[in-house]
This record gives sequence, structure tokens and C-alpha cells, in this order.
Amino acid sequence: MTAPTYDLGSLHGGLRLDANKQSATASGLATMPVPDQIVLPLAQHAGDPADPMVGIGERVLKGQMIAAGAGALSAPVHASTSGRIVAVEPWPIARRHGEPGPCIVIESDGEDRGVAGSGDTIDYDALERKELIALLLEGGIVGLGGAAFPTAQKLSQARSAPIDMLILNGVECEPWISCDDMLMRERADRVVGGARILLAALAVDRCYIAVESDKPAALEKLADALGAVGDERLTLKQVPTIYPSGAEDQLVQLVTNREVPTGGLPTDAGCIVQNVGTAAAVYDWIHLREPLISRVTTVTGPGVKRPMNVVTRLGTTVADLVAYTGGYTDRARILVVGGSMTGRSMSTDRVPVVKASNCILVLDEPASRGPVLPCIRCGECAEVCPIQLLPQQLLWYGNADDETRLREYGLTDCIECGCCDLVCPSHIPLTSTFRFAKGRIRELEDEKARAERARRRFEARRDRLGREAKERTREIEQQKARAKSQGKDAIADIMRRKRGEPKDPER
Amino acid sequence: MATGADALLPGILAITLLAAGLGLALALIARRVPARESKLVDDIDELLPQTQCAQCGFPGCRPYAEAIVSRGAAINLCPPGGETTVRRLAERLGRDVLPLEAAISPARQVAVIDESRCIGCLHCRKACPVDAIVGAFNYVHTVIEAECTGCELCIAPCPVDCIDLRPDK
Repeated sequence: MTAPTYDLGSLHGGLRLDANKQSATASGLATMPVPDQIVLPLAQHAGDPADPMVGIGERVLKGQMIAAGAGALSAPVHASTSGRIVAVEPWPIARRHGEPGPCIVIESDGEDRGVAGSGDTIDYDALERKELIALLLEGGIVGLGGAAFPTAQKLSQARSAPIDMLILNGVECEPWISCDDMLMRERADRVVGGARILLAALAVDRCYIAVESDKPAALEKLADALGAVGDERLTLKQVPTIYPSGAEDQLVQLVTNREVPTGGLPTDAGCIVQNVGTAAAVYDWIHLREPLISRVTTVTGPGVKRPMNVVTRLGTTVADLVAYTGGYTDRARILVVGGSMTGRSMSTDRVPVVKASNCILVLDEPASRGPVLPCIRCGECAEVCPIQLLPQQLLWYGNADDETRLREYGLTDCIECGCCDLVCPSHIPLTSTFRFAKGRIRELEDEKARAERARRRFEARRDRLGREAKERTREIEQQKARAKSQGKDAIADIMRRKRGEPKDPER
Repeated sequence: MATGADALLPGILAITLLAAGLGLALALIARRVPARESKLVDDIDELLPQTQCAQCGFPGCRPYAEAIVSRGAAINLCPPGGETTVRRLAERLGRDVLPLEAAISPARQVAVIDESRCIGCLHCRKACPVDAIVGAFNYVHTVIEAECTGCELCIAPCPVDCIDLRPDK
């Protein structure tokens, strides 16, 4: 059974990129043994870092919560193996390009013992939606597509807007990444099972599983799994292989032909998008009672000897993971966590694999694209921009630091997909210019907010000082008046007292 | 030639009268319509960085804005605002861009009190224009970092020299 392609919306622009996925999908999923040391960053999700719940020297078990979520966009962190906490300290992390961030370091005891009581399946249909969502948060589940947005938070958004559809994102349009592809091939049943749990949590009865047309094996396995379950609510959708069709808003447009408004979320178009990996993690948590402590990570690129997809415990350092797959080749020069289009380059391979780490890409020296030339206003970038922005104008205003115009021209809607960079005949680094300009706008906003606060405090202080001065003047006036009216009597009183006479009985 | 000048005279007269009349009318209107100075002061205040550092010679950003509007103070007296502020002020007021009077400190700074040396004298607390220093007499003081504007006004009054400026994290 093959999935039909039908009534798809259209995507503006985008690019057909050369995929480099075969090398990593040639072999099946490998499972890496637990390394000696596990490093778990406290910030593995969109919001504030989690609060550590363990002290140094403490023994922890696999699946034990070791840091609690702090705030709405935060999620808890669980120990990914059993062992001893040896440090809570800064360690290089991927979201800071290899600069240190707060981490919990666990020395594995090699036993990999799970917490007692895990193993009982949960009957999610018997739970209230609210309870189910809270349970998903407790499992530390976040979006595994890369943004690591807490899943519970995303599902709660659904309660404030009318949602009629869940979209499972198995598009994986980045040219090197294949972790979702392999997951769908080998664990399609878990993806489908997770989708049904998510439907229960959302209380909607329509789910599209969107997969790019260049993954026939995954499509087939998913179709089989769907056939085995026989759930009418789930439909497989094949989407064209165009980058960036896997970006959230673009996928919504592609599947439903509804456009997510500027500054809006997919919920504004009645949809919730979840990654297929997230769905599988939900299944693992509800049915296998395993919180999010491992994920499938693609290790690939010309810089590694044996590209493959590995089921990796969170907290495994990239160095350990690459060593497990067979090590680096002589050509290894650049380490990227994430894809070649939207990933981040790292300064060190000591960074650990976290919930968001879908791919470890090791590249060789990039081919020189030639010097950066002035913009010739050819408009190629506007042709390929999936958001229908005008990158050439944004570049102009970005260089001029013209905040107002940048906003007018929709800079904040840029998804930094990198399509404009690839087609620019002048080799202008557009995306990094936009990223920088976005940072500038945020900075200006912060500055403005701070200035406003300082203004209010200054004015409050000025008013207070004025009030105090007025009160003091009034007090002095009153004292003067008192002295004037009682002055003579007061002196007479004192004189009488001196002579040993009683006070004037009149007063 | 004389006849030529005669022929031009009515025209010259007409234009002169027109100009005088319009000028008078404008002057009257300007006097009638209340000056919207306070709005202008608000606008200027909006453009200033709100450091309240008094480096301009006025006791805060708002007073400086008032001085610019009503007393013709120069627009290049604000070091924390830097050249951007001078440019924006010039734009808003239709004045010329002037080079900045003093050197600027580039990064945002905050004051930090060395608590081992603080004697709790309240001098710095009184000097702070935004009430960002807390402390009681004879007790150690501290700076509320989030509210500090890095204006440096607390540094000079400290008798034990225990306040430093550090780059904001």
C-alpha cells in the first residue's frame, strides 16, 4: 500500500537539495552501550534551565528525575542511566556552540538499573486530558525535531484555540539528517501508537502523518503499522521533497492549505505539529514507562568513518558517540550539531547529545564560494523564500540597522532556512545577517524596556523627594507657629520650675 | 530704464505686502495656538537613554530634555546615548548633528558594592537616581543589578571606595 498524494497546499519557493542520506541509512539502527560518563545539561528545552534535585555523591537510577522543570516552557531532566552524581557544573553544551552551560555529570555504575515501579503500562484513555498532559510533562517529553519545545506546553495551547488536526512531522527535509527516517522504518508502530496518545491528549479526531516522498521505506512501514492498528483517524500523507517543507508553518500550509499568520502559531491555523520522534517518545513513556532518556541521532558526513543512525542515551558526549561509530576520518574539519542548513557549528566535541540533537554532522573543509560581492538585486532570494519575504530589502535595512523597516519587512518571520544564501549569485551571507539583525532588534527591545523602567523609577524618586521636602517645610512651619503662640508661656513655665513653683494651672 | 522699474513696482509691492501679511498671520497663529512644548519634551525624553547619570550637567534625562527644549541646551551632551542619540535628537529637532562632547563607555555597566568593605553609610543610596541601591544605616548595602543604569553617581560619594563598575552579564 502506498500513500496517496492529494489535495496538498502549495509551498512558495524552497529548494530541491541534493540529499546525502543513503550513507547513514544503509545499515539499521544501532544501539550504543551506556558510556562511563553521562553529562546532562539542565537546559535541554526552549525555556529556563531545569532546577537540579540531586546533590554531588548521590546515587541515581535510570529514569529518575534529577532536575525539575522551572516555568511554563521548561521540562524536567531524567538520569539516562544509573550511577553516582559526580558534579553539577558548567560543561560545553550544544545550544551555546560549545560554550559551557550548567550540567549534571553522572558516573555510570555499569548496572543501568531502572527506577522501581517502572514497567506498568498506563491506560491513557482513562485519564483526563489535563492529567495526560501533566503526565507527558513529567516524562520530560519535548519536541525532538530540533526546537525542543515542551510537548505538554504545546498541547495546552490547544485548549485556548480551536484545533481540529494533529500533524505528525516525518518530513525531515534537511539533506543530511535521517534519524526520523530510520525511526519510522524500525519503530513505525511506536510512532502510530504515540500519535493515538497525542490525539487523546488533544481530543481531536484527525491526524495526518506527513512524510517526504524520498522515504519510500518509511512510508511503507508506516502504512503497514497503520493497517495493523486500523484507526480511521490517522492518515498518511506524502509530501513533495522540497526544502524546507518540514518547517512547522510550511508543513501546515502544505498539508492543509491554511496559512499560519505572521507572528502566529500553527494553532492559529487549527493545527498542532509534532515530530514523529516525539510521538515515539510519548509511546515509550506511556506504554514502556521510560521517560525521555534516549533518542535516535544521525552520525554522518564525510568526516566520520561509518555514518549511521544510533539510539543514544542523552548525555553521551559527541566524542564518545563518534568513537562508537568508528571515529573521525582525516577529512573531519567542522563539527555541526543539527543539519547542514540550520545546525550549529561546535567549538568542541565534548558537548553531550541532548533531547534536541537529531544529527551529528562532521564536514570537511567547505568549498570556497568566492568573495562576497555587492547585491545586484536579481531577486533570486525572494523567489526561493518560503515565507515570501524580500531578503534583498532585509539585507539593505539590516546593514543600515533600520529597526523600523526590518520589522515592516517581516524580519521576525524569517525562519533562517538558508535558501536565500544558497541561491545568491553574489555569495552574500544573508541568513547570518538576518540572525544578527534579529539579535539587534531583541537587544533594542530590552534596552527600551530597561530605559522605560529607569524612567519610571527616576520619576517616582523625584516625586518622593519633592513630597519629603514639602513635608519637612510644613513641619518647620508648624514648629515655628507653635513656638510663636506658646513661646512666652513656655519660658515662663521654665522660670517657674527653676524657682520650684508648680506649673501654671491655667494651661 | 526708469519706465521698466515703474512697470515692476506694482508687482514688487504686491509680493512684499503678501509676504508681510502672511508673516503676520503666521506669527498670530503661533501665538494663539498653545506651544506643545510638553509633548516635545516627552518625545525628547523618549530618545534619551534614561541612565539618569547627569553627565550632561542636568540632574537627569527628563531635566535634560526640558533644557534642550526650553533653554536651548546642546544636543551632544549625552555620553551614554552615544552618537545614535545625537543623530536622533538632531533629526527630531531639525538641528545639526554635532560630535559628542565626551567619550562614551561602550558596554552596559552595573555598579557592584564590595560587601566586605561597605560600612553602611547610606551615601550611595542617596546618590542613586533610580533607587537601585538598598540598605539601612550601619548595614551592608547592595545594588539591584537589574535596575542599575551604570550612571556612576554612587561611586564618588562612597567614603571607603567600595563600589566598582562591572560589565553587565
